Amino acid sequence: MLIPFQQNPQIRRRRCVVSVSVLAEAKEPNPEFTRKVVDAGGKTVNLCFQCGTCTGSCPSGRQTAFRVRKVVRRAQLGFEEDVLPSEDLWLCTTCFTCYERCPRGVEIVDIIMALRNMAVRKGYMAEPHRKVAELISKTGHLVSLRDEDKALRTKLGLQGTPPTVFSDPKSLEEVKKIAALCGFDKLVASGGKQ
Amino acid sequence: MAKYAFFLGCIMPLRYPGIESASREVFKSLGVELVDMQGASCCPAPGVMRSFDQTYWMSVAARNLAIAEKMNVDGLLTICNGCFDTLFEVAHKLNHDPELRKKINKILKDATGMEYNGTVNVRHFVELLYRDVGVEAIRAKVKGGKNLKAAVHYGCHFLKPSNIKKIDDAERPHVFDDIVEAAGMTSVAYKDKGTCCGAGGGVRARTPDVALKMTAENLKNMTAAGVDVIVDCCPFCHLQYDVSQVQLKEYKIPVLHLSQLLGLAFGLEKEKLGLEVHQTKVNL
Repeated sequence: MLIPFQQNPQIRRRRCVVSVSVLAEAKEPNPEFTRKVVDAGGKTVNLCFQCGTCTGSCPSGRQTAFRVRKVVRRAQLGFEEDVLPSEDLWLCTTCFTCYERCPRGVEIVDIIMALRNMAVRKGYMAEPHRKVAELISKTGHLVSLRDEDKALRTKLGLQGTPPTVFSDPKSLEEVKKIAALCGFDKLVASGGKQ
Repeated sequence: MAKYAFFLGCIMPLRYPGIESASREVFKSLGVELVDMQGASCCPAPGVMRSFDQTYWMSVAARNLAIAEKMNVDGLLTICNGCFDTLFEVAHKLNHDPELRKKINKILKDATGMEYNGTVNVRHFVELLYRDVGVEAIRAKVKGGKNLKAAVHYGCHFLKPSNIKKIDDAERPHVFDDIVEAAGMTSVAYKDKGTCCGAGGGVRARTPDVALKMTAENLKNMTAAGVDVIVDCCPFCHLQYDVSQVQLKEYKIPVLHLSQLLGLAFGLEKEKLGLEVHQTKVNL
């Protein structure tokens, strides 16, 4: 049996919940944070009109609850505390599909990168990421050189140790010096917090 | 003879060195000379490393660009979408933003004594094969190989962001398919072709289960199209498809990097292709 909309208790209850949650979330926008996002590389953030083409195109959002549109909205409103600690920020594979399709030309990947850089400085750096960052800051590569790799390379007729920083201590020193000048080594050692 | 600085990156030389030996042989036979970049490092990776600190990311990339700049070559060649994206994007940023270039060059000069002057032509090997070598020259070299149904996987950072890369249509590209077909295979259409493998942006390192779900969906779509082989142009996508199939257990589609596929088609010895380290068996 059809119940008229106004008399349906479930719908009434749901409407009530929605309105309370909207009130609970009503916050003042923080333009100062938005400006920081713009300065850090997210200069197109204010162009977004929330159409959702990005979310509809996102291969990661298809498998998870990650919604790119929401990340951009929070950055736009300056909701720092919602966006920087969020796990969602790290579910983007930087595939650029949203960036390509955005009808407003919002450079979404650049915004996500700016937010991630800020999140890391606040100490939000997952341990697997810290390890990856440590590897490059100490060895100059993201992947280790094992004995079996040298053996296979030699078997294929290649130089056992690749002619990269692995073969040249002076180059490794240069890469380490870049990390020191950028404060990257300290950033990694402290797990993000500075 | 065209001469390029050969940027190795990390995954190819250390986990799939067969891609490196195949690339060296294939480009030699096509008349492109590859010169090693002594002391180059990680690009650094455009998803994961750029996420942490963009100044560090650009400075290390600028060092790699500066090494190529001193080499008296026609440009820098990468066989990896990630390396291509970092080196191309950073070169683009530094070429178009004098203030930024000054800032990065200061760090670079203090650390290495080098500076980046904005003269490096960063090339992706598929784009170089298509534009400079040409499909016909590749077809002329083909001696063997089977006509198999190939799922061509472009990956993300070869063509995108297309507003600066300007290589092909990001939604309906054809350059990579054309080369695979010239090598004697049939590139088949499959659902959501062009979708990310799932590994990028630090997702594989941080949430491997999410990366695996994305890969699984692509593998399901490739299987529905009845493909015999996956052909990629990026060692990271290569690793993701190769390793994920072992984890998922239900798929056994061989994965080839385009350099390995061309190696097979040009009649190189199979031993030069390093196929035995692939976790998903390659019986082609």
